[in-house]
Amino acid sequence: MSLVTPDIGLIFWMVLVFGLLFFILAKVGLPTVTNMVEKRTDGIRKALKDAQVAEERMHGLAREQKELIDKTRAEQLKMLQEASAEKERIIAEAKVQAGEEASKILSAARAEIALERDNAVRDIRRQVADLSVAIAEKVLRRELDAQGGQQEYAEKLAGELTDSDLNKEV
Amino acid sequence: MKRFFCICLLLLTLVPCAPAIAASAAGKEASDTSEINVSDVIFSHIGDSYEWHMWTWKGHPVAIYLPVILYSKTSGWHVFSSKHIAEGETYEGFRIQSDELKYSNKLVEVAPDGSVTRPLDLSITKNVLSLMISSLLILVIVLLTARWYRTHDSEKKAPEGLAAFMEPVIMMIHEMARENIGEEDYKKYSPYLITVFLFIITNNFLGIIPIFPGGANLTGNIACTLVLALFTFFIVNLFGNKEYYREIFLPDVPGFLKPIMPVIEVFSALMKPVSLTVRLFANMLAGHIQILSVMCLIFIMAKYGGLLLGGMTIVSVAFGLFLDVLELLISFIQAFVFTMLSSIYIGLAHQKE
Repeated sequence: MSLVTPDIGLIFWMVLVFGLLFFILAKVGLPTVTNMVEKRTDGIRKALKDAQVAEERMHGLAREQKELIDKTRAEQLKMLQEASAEKERIIAEAKVQAGEEASKILSAARAEIALERDNAVRDIRRQVADLSVAIAEKVLRRELDAQGGQQEYAEKLAGELTDSDLNKEV
Repeated sequence: MKRFFCICLLLLTLVPCAPAIAASAAGKEASDTSEINVSDVIFSHIGDSYEWHMWTWKGHPVAIYLPVILYSKTSGWHVFSSKHIAEGETYEGFRIQSDELKYSNKLVEVAPDGSVTRPLDLSITKNVLSLMISSLLILVIVLLTARWYRTHDSEKKAPEGLAAFMEPVIMMIHEMARENIGEEDYKKYSPYLITVFLFIITNNFLGIIPIFPGGANLTGNIACTLVLALFTFFIVNLFGNKEYYREIFLPDVPGFLKPIMPVIEVFSALMKPVSLTVRLFANMLAGHIQILSVMCLIFIMAKYGGLLLGGMTIVSVAFGLFLDVLELLISFIQAFVFTMLSSIYIGLAHQKE
C-alpha cells in the first residue's frame, strides 16, 4: 500500500523545488531561448521570402534582357538589309552618273578635237594660200622678166582682183 | 558533443550490470539465510529511504546518510542525521518502523507507552535529494543554454554545443504548445510545459542510471507524479476561459441532460490529473520492477547449481539490457505523453467558440 500512498514530505519538497525550478526557468531561462529562436525563425522565413522575390525579379530581368537582345538582333538584321539595299542603290546611281560623266567628257573631247582640226585645216589653208602666192609671185617674176610685157600683165591682174578674186580669196 | 554521447553510451552499457551488483549485495546478505526475498530486494530499490544506500562492503553498508527533519506535536522540531537510526535504533524517540508493521519503513514517534504515531516528516530522503540534484541539473543546463543565446548573435548564427543539443528539445515542446493551445495563448504556457518535460525526462533517465546520483525512483513515486498532475490541473482550471466553464456547467445539451452533464464534466475534470498521475507513476514503477525482477532471477537460480546459474546469468543480462533500452524509450514517451496531454488540457480550456 505504501506505493500508492503519497508521502507528505515528498509532496512538500516536490511543490517547493519544482515550483522554484519552474519559476526560475520561466523568468530567466526559457523565454530567452524560445524568443531568440522564434526571432531567428522569422528572420529565416523573411530571408527565404526575400530570396524568392529576388529570384522572381531576376527571372524578370533575364526575360527582359532576352527580349532586348532579340529586338536588337532583329533591328540589326533590318539595318543590315537596309544597308545592303542602300549600297546597291548607291552603286547603281554611281554607275549611271559615271556613264553620264564619261559621255560628257567624250563629247567635250570630240568638240575639242573638231575645233583643233578646223584650226589645223584653216592653218594649212592659210599656209597653202601663202605658198601659192609665193609660187605665183615667182612665176610672174619669171614671166615678166622673160616677156617684158610687165605693164600689160599688172593691169590684167589688177582687173581680175577687183571683181571676183578678191571675194574668193578671203 | 561526440565525447558526451560516448560517455552516455558507456553509462548505458553499465546500466544492466548495476541492478545485478545491487542485487548481489542483497543476495550476499540473503545467502547467509540461503534464501533471497525477491520482493524485499525489489521494494527496497523502488521505494524511498532515509539514506542513499549504494553498496555493501564487507558486511557494512556504504551509504549517504541524509538529514531527517521532523515535526512532532509533542516535542516540536527535530533535525538529525539518518545515521542515528540506520540500523533500526531509536533516536530522540524516533525510529524507522520495520517491514511488517503499520507505517512500514517510515519514521515513527514512539510514545513512552510503546504506541507509535507518524510525525510531520519533511526529511531529505533519497527521492528528495534526487529531486534537488535533477532540478539543479536542469537549471544549469537551461541557464547555460540561455547564456549562449544572450552572448551570441543568435538571430544570425546557428546554435553550437549545448545550445545545439537543447534547442530542438525546447523547441519541440514549444511548437507542441503552439499546436495544442493556439497562437494566442501558447507563449504563456510553453515555459511550464518545457519545464515539465525536462523534469520528467531527466528524472526518468536518472532513474535508469543505477549509481549515485541516479537510481532514485522519483518519477515512479506517486507523490511526485501527483504534484506534477496537480500543477497541470490548477493551471487548466485557474486560467480556463469562459467557454470552458460554460461547457462544464451550462453545456449545449437537451433539457433532461442539463442536470447530469455538470456532474459528469466535473468528474472528468477531476479524473484528468488522476490519469496523468497514475500513467506516469505506474509506467516508471513497472519498468523498474521488470528490470529488478530479471536481475533477481540470477540469485534465485544460485541455489540450483553452476550450469543453471550461468545460463540464467547470460539470459538475465541480455534481457536486462533489452529492458533498459526499452526503458529509455518509455522514459521519453512518458515525458512526452505527460507534456502533450497537459498541453491538450490547457488547450481545451482556451478554446474559442
